Amino acid sequence: MAQSNEKIISVASIGKTVPSGATGLTILHDISFDVRAGEAVAIVGVSGSGKSTLLGLMAGLDTPSTGAIRIDGHDLFELDEDGRAALRGRMVGFVFQSFQLLSSLTALENVMLPLELAGRASAEAAAREMLERVGLGERLRHYPKQLSGGEQQRVAIARAFVTQPALLLADEPTGNLDAATGRQVIDLMFELNRERGTTLLLVTHDEGLSRRCDRVLRLAGGRLLNGDAAEAV
Amino acid sequence: MTKLRSELMLALRLLWRDHRAGELALIAAAMVIAVASVTTVGFFTDRVHQALGRQANQLLGADLVIVSDKPVESALEAEAREAGLKTVRMTRFPSMAVRGERNVLASIKAVTQGYPLRGELRVSDELYGKDRAVTDIPQPGAAWIDERLATQLGASRGDRFELGRSTFTVAAILTHEPDVSIGFMNSAARILINEADVAATGLVQPGSRIGYRLQLAGSVEAVETFRTAIAPRLQRGQRTEGVRDARPEIRSALERAEKFLSLAALVSVVLAAVAIGLCARRFLQRHLDACAIMRCLGASQAKVMRLYLVHFLVLGAAASALGCAIGVAAQALLAHWLGTIVPVELPPPGGLPALHGVLTGLALLLGFALPPLAALRRVPTLRVLRRDLGAPQAGGIATYAVGYAAIAGMIFWKAESLRLGAMVLGGFTGAMLAVGALTWLLLRAVSGVGIRGVTWRYGIANLKRRALGSVLQVVALGIGMMALLVLTLVRQDLIHAWETTLPPEAPNRFVVNIQPDQVQRLEAFFEGHGVARPAMFPMVRGRLTEIAGRPVSAADYEDERARRLIEREFNLSWAERMRSDNRLTAGAWWTGPRPGAQYSVEQGLAESLGIKLGDTLTFDIAGTPVAARVTSLRKVDWDTFNVNFFVIAPPGMLEMHPASYVTSFYLPPGNATLLASLVREFPNVLLVDVAQVMAQVQAMMEQVARAVQFIFMFTLLAGLTVLYAAIASTQDERVYQATIMRTLGASRRQLRRAILAEFAVLGLLAGVLAAAGATALAYVVATRLLNLPFTFSAPVWIIGAVAGAAGIALAGYAGTRRVLDAPPLKAMREA
Repeated sequence: MAQSNEKIISVASIGKTVPSGATGLTILHDISFDVRAGEAVAIVGVSGSGKSTLLGLMAGLDTPSTGAIRIDGHDLFELDEDGRAALRGRMVGFVFQSFQLLSSLTALENVMLPLELAGRASAEAAAREMLERVGLGERLRHYPKQLSGGEQQRVAIARAFVTQPALLLADEPTGNLDAATGRQVIDLMFELNRERGTTLLLVTHDEGLSRRCDRVLRLAGGRLLNGDAAEAV
Repeated sequence: MTKLRSELMLALRLLWRDHRAGELALIAAAMVIAVASVTTVGFFTDRVHQALGRQANQLLGADLVIVSDKPVESALEAEAREAGLKTVRMTRFPSMAVRGERNVLASIKAVTQGYPLRGELRVSDELYGKDRAVTDIPQPGAAWIDERLATQLGASRGDRFELGRSTFTVAAILTHEPDVSIGFMNSAARILINEADVAATGLVQPGSRIGYRLQLAGSVEAVETFRTAIAPRLQRGQRTEGVRDARPEIRSALERAEKFLSLAALVSVVLAAVAIGLCARRFLQRHLDACAIMRCLGASQAKVMRLYLVHFLVLGAAASALGCAIGVAAQALLAHWLGTIVPVELPPPGGLPALHGVLTGLALLLGFALPPLAALRRVPTLRVLRRDLGAPQAGGIATYAVGYAAIAGMIFWKAESLRLGAMVLGGFTGAMLAVGALTWLLLRAVSGVGIRGVTWRYGIANLKRRALGSVLQVVALGIGMMALLVLTLVRQDLIHAWETTLPPEAPNRFVVNIQPDQVQRLEAFFEGHGVARPAMFPMVRGRLTEIAGRPVSAADYEDERARRLIEREFNLSWAERMRSDNRLTAGAWWTGPRPGAQYSVEQGLAESLGIKLGDTLTFDIAGTPVAARVTSLRKVDWDTFNVNFFVIAPPGMLEMHPASYVTSFYLPPGNATLLASLVREFPNVLLVDVAQVMAQVQAMMEQVARAVQFIFMFTLLAGLTVLYAAIASTQDERVYQATIMRTLGASRRQLRRAILAEFAVLGLLAGVLAAAGATALAYVVATRLLNLPFTFSAPVWIIGAVAGAAGIALAGYAGTRRVLDAPPLKAMREA
C-alpha cells in the first residue's frame, strides 16, 4: 500500500460529552492520533466503546466537546456545517453498516447522486463504470430492495469511490452481511483502496477485517487504549 | 448560470425519480383533488350563480328593468341594443274595462314584441282550460285577459270589451306572466295588449298614472356594465331594478343558495388542506434519510433546501395544471347536465376560477410543505450513522402554523363574508382542538382499563406510545369522517328541511282589501267551501315620516331599496302574539292586557332604513301622526309565503284608523270554481295568485339542492383523501413494527388482530368525535346560517361510531396487509 508521511487526518484531544443527568455522559475521553495518506486504519472496540461517535466526528457529522480534527489540513470545526459538507463532498467517501441507499433511486442513480450533487458532468458514465467495476454492470436499473445485502453494499462502495475521495470512512461495512459476503465486500474495498490510493478508516468489531489494516486503534470506554503507539498489523 | 441550470435539472431528475418510485402519488393526488374541487366549485358556483340569477330573473321577466314615470328615452334603448342587450318596452296603467253594463278596474300592460325576455307567458283558450306556452304577444286589436277579469266581465274568447276609446277582442285567457307582481296595490285584474294599441285608447294623458318600463336581457357582464354605465344618468323618477331588488322571498332563497355553495367550497378547501398537511408530513418523514445522505455526500443546507423547493414548486404546478384540467372537464360536464334542468344559455366559463384553483393549491402546498421543508434542512447528518436521530422536534405542531394561516386566509377569501369565514374557521379549529383534547384524554383513560389479550394490548399500547401522532391521526380521521357525515346524512337532512320549508299546503292565494264588515262573511264562505278558516290580519296603511325625531325622505338614503321603502306606504298591522315564523332578534315582544304604544320592526327593514331598537317611529296614517318606540326587532321567514308585516303594533293602538284585512289560504289545484264564486260574492276583494312565484322559488331550491350535492361529491372525494392520507401517514412505521413482531414469532392471525384492534380504536374515537362535530356543525348551519329548525339525528352517531371503527379498521388493515403476506426479511428490507 502506498503510504506517505503526509498526515491526512489529525485528531487532537477529542472529547465528547452528551447531556445526561447532572454531570453529563462522556462518550470520548481525550483522543489523539494521526492517519497518514494511503494508510488503512481500523478502529475496534466493543459496542458502546464510542467508535461510531469517533467516526461521526471525523466525518464532520457531529461536533466534539473538546479538541480538534484536521482533514487534509483543514480544521473541521472551524468550518461551518456547509463548509464541512463541501469538504466531505470533495474528499470523503462513506460506506455504512446499513448501506444507506436511497430506496427510490436505482443502483445507477444512487451512484450518480454524489456526482450530480457536485454538479459534475458525465455522472452517468462514471457511475456506470464504477458499478461495472464492483461487478454490478447487470444490475444498473435495480432498486435497492431488489438487490441482496452484499449487492447493496457493493452499490454503496461504488457510490463511495465514484467521487475519487482521498479518504474513505466505513462504519461496520460488514455488520449486516454474512461472513462470505462480508469477505467479498472487504476484498473489493481493499482492492479499490489499493488501486486508487485512498486512505481507509474503518470502524469494525470484525477481527478478520481489522487484521487486514495497517494499524488498529482500540477503543474501550471512550478511551484510546494504544494511542499513537497503535499496534501495527 | 450553468450551475443554476444543472441544479434545476438535478431537482427535476430527483422529482422524476421520486415520482417513479411512487413517493409523490399521495401528495400529488391530494393537490389534484384540492385544485380540481376548488376549480370545479369555482366554475360551478359561477355558473349556478348565473343560472339562479336567470331563474330568479324570470320573476322579473328580464335581467334588468329600467322603471320610469316618463317614457324611457329611445336613445337609452338604442344604447342598450348597442351593448348587445335585448330590449322590450312596457307601459302599465290602470283603467276601467267595460263590457256592456259591467265595468271592472283593470291593470293594463302594453308590451312590444319579444316580451317576456325571461320566463314564459302561458295562455289558455277558455276560462280554467288547459294552458300552453306562447312566444308571441297579442296582435294589435286583440287582448289577453286574466281569469279574474274574464270572470268579472263574464267574457270569453272572441268577446269584445272597451278600454278608453278603443275596442279589444279577447283572444286568450292569460294564465301565467313571468313578471307577475304581487304587491298588494297592483293586484287588479290584468290585461295584456300590444303597445301599438296604446295611443288609440286615449288613456295615456299627462297626469294619468302611467308606469313605463324598459326590460333588458343579455349576458351577466353586459347587463352589469350597462347598469353601471347608466346609473349616473338616470333622471328623476327613473330607477333600475335587478333581481336582487326583487321580492324578499327570492332574495333570501338566493342568499341561502350562495351560502350553501360557498360552504361547500370552503369545506373542500379545508379538507384538501388537511390532506396536503398529512401528505407533507409523510413526505418529510420519508425524505429524512435522503436529506441526511445528501448532506453527507457534500450538499450544503441551502442546496438541499433549493432542491426540494424546486421539487415542490414543480410538483405544485403540475398537480395544479392537472387539477385545473379536471375542473374544466367537470364543469363542462356540469354545464351539459345543468342544461337539462334549466334551459338557459350559460356564457363560457372565465379563467378566474382556474386561477383561484391554482393559487389555492399552491398556497396550501407551500403553506404545509415549506415548514417541513425548513425542518428537512435541519436533519442531523449524523442520522446516517444513527437512525434513531429523527426529525428535528421543533417541526411539530408549530410547523402547521403557516399552513393554518394559509387555510385561514383561504377561508376568508372564499367565504367573502367575515361572519361565514369566522364560523367555518372557528368551527374547524374548535373541532380540531376539541377532538385532539378528547382523544388525548381517552387515550390516557384506556390505560386504566384492564385489557385482555395480547393483540388488543399491543394495539392500544401502540396508540399510546405515539400519543401525539395518534391524536393528530384521530383529528385528521375525525375531520375527514365529520365531513363525510355532514355530506351524507346531515346534508340530506338539511336539504330535506330546506326543501320542505315550503310545506305542500303552503298558502298559494292571498286575499287583500277585505273590509272589516266582510271578515265574518268571508270566514263563513271558506268554511262553506271546505277550506280551513284562514287567519285574517288587520292592515292599516301609513307613511313613515320620522325616525327618532328626524324627518325622513327618500333623499336621505343611498340604497335603492331603502328609497323605495320610504316612498311607498307601509302596511301596519296589530297582533297580540308573535307569529311562529317570526323570530325575535332584539328587544322583547309585548305582554299583558294593555301593552301601550310600541312597534315591532322586521330586522331587514330596520337595517335598510337605519332603525335601531328604542328609536321612535312616526307614521302618517290618513293624516294622523302615530308615534311609538321600537321595542323589538324580528326576523321574518319570508319563504313561508305567509302573510307577514314589516311593522306590527300591539292591539289597542291602531284600531281607530281605517283598516282592511288580508289573509292567505291554500287552494288545491283545479278548484277554480271556488275562485269564481269568491270573486262574485266579494267583488271588492283582490285575489293574488302566489302559486307561480312559489313554484319558481321551489324549482330554484331544487336546482340549488342538486347543484350543492354535486359540489359535495368533490368535497367527499377530498374527505376520502384525508382518510387515506391519515392512514398512510403512519403506515411505514406500522409495517416496520409488524415486521419485527413477525420476526419475533407473531402469527399472521395475531398480527392481523393487533392491526385491526389499533385501527378500530382509532376509527371508533374518530367516528364518535366526528358524529359530535357533524351534529354541532349541522346545528350551527341549520339555525344560524339557514334559519331552519334543527333536528337531532341518531343515525349520525350510530353510523359514525360503527362505520368509523369498521371502516378505518378495514382500510388500515388493507394498507398494512402486505406485511402479513411477505416473508419478514423481505418486508424488513422494504421497511
